[in-house]
Amino acid sequence: MCGIVGLFCKSPELEPRLGEYLAAMLEQMSDRGPDSAGVAVYRDPAPSGSSKVTVYSFDPEMSWDALRAELAARFGGAHESGVRANHAVFVVEGEADEVEDWIRRHRPDVRVMSAGRAIEIYKEVGRPRAFVEQFRLGDIEGSHGLGHTRMATESRVTTEGSHPFSTGLDLCLVHNGSLSNHNRLRERLRREGIEFQTENDTEVAAGYLAWRMREGASLQEALEGALADLDGFYTFLVGTADGFAVLRDPIACKPAVLAETDDWVAMSSEYRAIAVLPGASGARLWEPEPSVVYAWEKALV
Amino acid sequence: MGTAELAGVEVVDLASTPLRELNRRLHEPADGVRTWRILNPNGAHAVACGLDSEIDVEIEGHVGYYCAGMNKLGTVHVHGNAGTGLAENLMSGAVIVDGSASQSAGASGHGGLLVVHGDASARCGISMKGIDIVVRGSVGHLSAFMAQTGRLVVCGDAGEALGDSIYEARLYVHGEVAGLGSDCIEKELRDEHVAELSELLARAGVDDIEPREFRRYGSARQLYNFKVDNAAAY
Repeated sequence: MCGIVGLFCKSPELEPRLGEYLAAMLEQMSDRGPDSAGVAVYRDPAPSGSSKVTVYSFDPEMSWDALRAELAARFGGAHESGVRANHAVFVVEGEADEVEDWIRRHRPDVRVMSAGRAIEIYKEVGRPRAFVEQFRLGDIEGSHGLGHTRMATESRVTTEGSHPFSTGLDLCLVHNGSLSNHNRLRERLRREGIEFQTENDTEVAAGYLAWRMREGASLQEALEGALADLDGFYTFLVGTADGFAVLRDPIACKPAVLAETDDWVAMSSEYRAIAVLPGASGARLWEPEPSVVYAWEKALV
Repeated sequence: MGTAELAGVEVVDLASTPLRELNRRLHEPADGVRTWRILNPNGAHAVACGLDSEIDVEIEGHVGYYCAGMNKLGTVHVHGNAGTGLAENLMSGAVIVDGSASQSAGASGHGGLLVVHGDASARCGISMKGIDIVVRGSVGHLSAFMAQTGRLVVCGDAGEALGDSIYEARLYVHGEVAGLGSDCIEKELRDEHVAELSELLARAGVDDIEPREFRRYGSARQLYNFKVDNAAAY
């Protein structure tokens, strides 16, 4: 199973309540995924020349100030912009990929959950309601976000095996389904230099998209490539700096509902997660077609 | 809020009444209550499943999975959309949806009538065993997969692999068919088919489409072991 939710604020008035709505949507998907939960939110873009990383510590008593000081010493400036449970967000005066690479090499006791300008990823094992409370999801503001509740089938229930998975700078992926060719594809992607932290099938899909886009593909092209190269069942929701994209496999066993009003666009595994949104009963509702990429982006200013 | 009785109509608000309580009461309706109104379904699963008497259930909103499954004798009217497995294993009675239905609508239904006024998605009528299905809009891929008997009427278009591995169900499509599945072929639309189509469309309340404009599809009988001696069994 697994549950997916996504919310994109068309109206800026909705942005202060993004976390509250995502939390309500996630809790509706508890039955579909009681093992772990996670969200990616897009908010407070780092200033030009800076980047933002979300870091998860295995040690719940982690002293984040030491990491901040090391980042500041290496990159010239860094501040911690928020700690939620065992995750912390840092804004660093440096390129996101360099910051991420430095942390990977020098701090094996932590994991980079996301890197980019606007993205923050939080995820943890346990019931969605516990996750929502532990990470104070209700007070998160932002332009858009997506979330996942996991019922594990392919690999262990761990924080790192929870969704969303980062697929590149400001990109992430959540997945309902299971992939059958992930072991072989993982080896192929490793030879291309893509790094993996788990044995999880979804991480391979995330790595695949990251690889395709590193080679010059647009998100649309990368997702169309997934139709040919990923074998299995999937509904994917991909978060980008500007919006999100939805793709279902050609057989389309895994559910998806899309809804749109003047104020928001929402995606979920089931309507009951959309029903908690304001104006849901009057929303335009439809089921995305198999093998078709649907994407929403903020209007370019 | 909760329930209120008004002129023989029982109103149940799912915002305040547990789903199991609703279904238990629908299974053993109090004397004289023939009509039920269900408020705030909000995508809940298994609403009005397993009905076993001649009651009318009006659902005001969208429902989740398996709505009106296994219904016998009852009439369930959804004033909204329905999720996966709508009216699965329908035995008799009727299920009407004003909006659209997700995949596997009418799956393995044995009898009764399912009407979807919007679209039905993939696998509509999969393994149907005697149910009649009328879809005002279009159906998705693999509809009527392994359909054994009954009629599927599609007023719009049909997706890929319509009627794959079909037995003796009869399929009528007014619009385009993206592709026929294995052993499914187009067949002549004769007068008796126009007559049964007219009757099905009338029962579904569809009066703006000419039955003679439909095309009929069914089994080529090459894939399964058809014996003409058994034709009367279908």
